Amino acid sequence: MLDADFFRRWMTATAASVDREAERLTALDSPIGDADHGSNLQRGFTAVTAALEKEAPDTPGAVLILAGRQLISTVGGASGPLYGTLLRRTGKALGDAAEVDRAQLADALRAGVDAVMTLGGAAPGDKTMIDALVPGVDALGDSFGAARDAAEQGALATIPLQARKGRASYLGERSIGHQDPGATSSALLVAGLAEAAGE
Amino acid sequence: MSDEKLVGIVLVSHSAQVAVSVAELAKGLAGGAAAVPVAPAGGTEGGELGTSAELIAAAAASVDRGVGVAVLTDLGSAVLTVKALLAEGDELPAQTRLVDCPFLEGAVAAVVTAATGADLDGVAAAASEAYSYRKV
Repeated sequence: MLDADFFRRWMTATAASVDREAERLTALDSPIGDADHGSNLQRGFTAVTAALEKEAPDTPGAVLILAGRQLISTVGGASGPLYGTLLRRTGKALGDAAEVDRAQLADALRAGVDAVMTLGGAAPGDKTMIDALVPGVDALGDSFGAARDAAEQGALATIPLQARKGRASYLGERSIGHQDPGATSSALLVAGLAEAAGE
Repeated sequence: MSDEKLVGIVLVSHSAQVAVSVAELAKGLAGGAAAVPVAPAGGTEGGELGTSAELIAAAAASVDRGVGVAVLTDLGSAVLTVKALLAEGDELPAQTRLVDCPFLEGAVAAVVTAATGADLDGVAAAASEAYSYRKV
């Protein structure tokens, strides 16, 4: 079973990898975006870590709702409301259970991903974070490691796609050939789950 | 109309200067609209380009006279941040609406219409209609 501690480890593991990869995320965002994805997410997850240290919520849902709130408040770019909505909706779907199992987490995350698709109007294949999140959530039924690998593959699979959402969509065909930064950071988020689980 | 409560207008841009300037321009062009509560919410709290949920929520609270708040945005994360705040339920005043309209033209139309004492539906409709203004 996964308790609040597991969810805090998930958030801190993700914050650490966003920190490590911030330059790469920003580099991916410079040919097709506005070159701030890494620094924006870094600011957001730094705030998440600080908030979790200060408040230490005691249910999985409360951890994610607090984290989502921090991201919406501090990121400054589109990834703030998108990731914030993902975590908050996932947290709300988990309710106030003290512990959840992997299948419940997968269902809740699916609700979170659906909320992101509604908010951003993106579907799979649009070259967005959805392209890593959907395969990641689909594979979560098997294991955390499988989810990490599927999300990573999903991020790589955005390279040949043409962007249809966000700033990159203004570039039309010129967006082809670049890995989507949002899908890349989403793969980090899913990898954080595997890390928290020790897989 | 001195005691009349007017719809509030929030202008959300990625840039603080753009939000402030559009607010000034809209009020200036609307003449006689000095009573309309208009608040800019531009850039991040750190003064950089971007969108701030806190600045937007504060701006909306500052223009709320109890009869509705129309929020007009520029692009991308401004739209998403307002939508995410609305989805939250309690972050923005009751009767806050994200209006789909061109930013500058919509702002002028919204301020002019709000000055007449129109309700939120009327202000939102006027701003949205600005999509159909042809320039040539």
